Amino acid sequence: MIKETRITLKNVRKINPEKIEEYIKAGGYLALQKALTQKPETIIDEMLQSSLRGRGGAGFSTGLKEKFTSDACKTCTDRFIVCNADEGEPGTFKDRIIMERDPHLLIEGIIIAGYSIGATRAYIYIRGEYYQSIKRVELAVKQAKKAGYIGQNILGSGYSLDVEIRLGAGSYLCGEELTLLESLEGKQGYPRVKPPFPAEKGLFGLPTLVNNVETLATIPAIVEKGAKWYLTLGSKDSPGTKIFTLSGDVEKPGYYEVEMGASLRALIYDLGGGIKDGGTFKAALLGGAAGTFVDQSVLDTPMSYDLLKEKGAVLGSGAIIVISESRSLPEMTRSILDFFKHESCGKCVPCRIGTAHLVQMFQELTTKTSETKPTLDDMINKAEYMSKTSLCPLGQSPILPLQSLKQYFSNQF
Amino acid sequence: MNVTQRLKNFTPDKDNLLLILHDLQSQNSQQYLPPENLKAVAKYLNIPLSAVYSVVSYYSMFSLEPRGKYLIRICKSPVCSMLGSTPLIDLLKQNLGIALGQTTSDGLFTLEVSECLGKCEMAPSMLINEQHYDGLTVDRLEKILNSLRVKNSD
Repeated sequence: MIKETRITLKNVRKINPEKIEEYIKAGGYLALQKALTQKPETIIDEMLQSSLRGRGGAGFSTGLKEKFTSDACKTCTDRFIVCNADEGEPGTFKDRIIMERDPHLLIEGIIIAGYSIGATRAYIYIRGEYYQSIKRVELAVKQAKKAGYIGQNILGSGYSLDVEIRLGAGSYLCGEELTLLESLEGKQGYPRVKPPFPAEKGLFGLPTLVNNVETLATIPAIVEKGAKWYLTLGSKDSPGTKIFTLSGDVEKPGYYEVEMGASLRALIYDLGGGIKDGGTFKAALLGGAAGTFVDQSVLDTPMSYDLLKEKGAVLGSGAIIVISESRSLPEMTRSILDFFKHESCGKCVPCRIGTAHLVQMFQELTTKTSETKPTLDDMINKAEYMSKTSLCPLGQSPILPLQSLKQYFSNQF
Repeated sequence: MNVTQRLKNFTPDKDNLLLILHDLQSQNSQQYLPPENLKAVAKYLNIPLSAVYSVVSYYSMFSLEPRGKYLIRICKSPVCSMLGSTPLIDLLKQNLGIALGQTTSDGLFTLEVSECLGKCEMAPSMLINEQHYDGLTVDRLEKILNSLRVKNSD
């Protein structure tokens, strides 16, 4: 029986998220006080040693991102930290829980990360439909300003940081970091060509650190307890904890923070209470729409970035959509392909046309009886072409679910 | 609503554009951005009207058409579809007598579908204006619509 290990969710349902006093009483803002007595480089070193990887889905080293941003353009007078709170990957709701239930933890993480790279301003980009999150984070920023954690000369350290909240307006694509920056500049959400990466040329062309909510909410604990402590949690290739969000055909859907390396079986059966209504496990979709389907042979694989990769699967945002035997995988696949078609921005032709083609091909694959109908392989070829010729992760994603369907469920098509 | 007055709550920087549009739309009783608003914003930020229009038309939360008093956005993402949002969308269309994207003739309801609303643990889910309704069933959905109608029948 596995148990939860809560770091980013430690205060959830324990404190009143609208009261800064309660957060402080629970040990809040101590990590910030400690951080401000250290050199920024020391904090970045600690992050590097902790091996923390971005929790938004891409899994890039947080410490390296900080180092690149800190080292970029030494003559620039401004640099920014941006919190990516544009959560929109289907099946993912972890960032919402942090923002709604413990917004000060996020803010503390932002200030520490901002200090480590010498940021002059922070932006929190929250998706427009997250009304409750927006309300809670707005209130928390106001309280933190009043208490002297945000603003000029924070706690007498000489470091100053402004924090502003910006809202998305219903575009999945803006969750991609470069597209998010376009949106932050008041433009349409079209992806940018990379390189340059945000560390070098980000918001308004200046060095910018873009981090996910969960990543930032992990930082205070690492600063407070040290990288060595963090490394004792989780598995060797993926230290620490991760929030997994269970949904679909599971008895107890919800958010669970566990040490990395927990098995899918433990998550679904120990924490999630098993398949709903005594059903049988058929598949899980890991990482959302831009994720991978797996069958029961992956149930005992430790959930870590590299071990899942060996199985042709991704950890992604931590979404686990549980699918019971009674469900039709073609139906799920159709829904995912529709999603990509709807969210493609149209900038890259292969993605704009390709996402529509995939929907049409799948329709033919599942309804036509003739021998000339497209096969899953045809669709994978198309998706591979798209992934090589599209600028952003949207066009690069349909290949993931399609390839995993071929690997694990080719008999269903 | 005095647009000029509201605009003064924001510094005239282009990166405030989305915030300004959200603000003006939320103040509009028909939940949309009329042409005169877009012109005022373009003037205030000193950017071309086309730049404002391109942003409004790109983001799905903004509307150039008047919408109902109650904006229904029901989630059709993979989790909600799997747990039954498709028949609920059909029910909404039938009950309201409108297609997706349309507004009822009494101006009460607008029906839209949305991608993942992030309430997957309580799917199927929808928003009516800023209020979440989760764990929807046919029965519940009918009750919600009826209670809103009753509330507005006077």
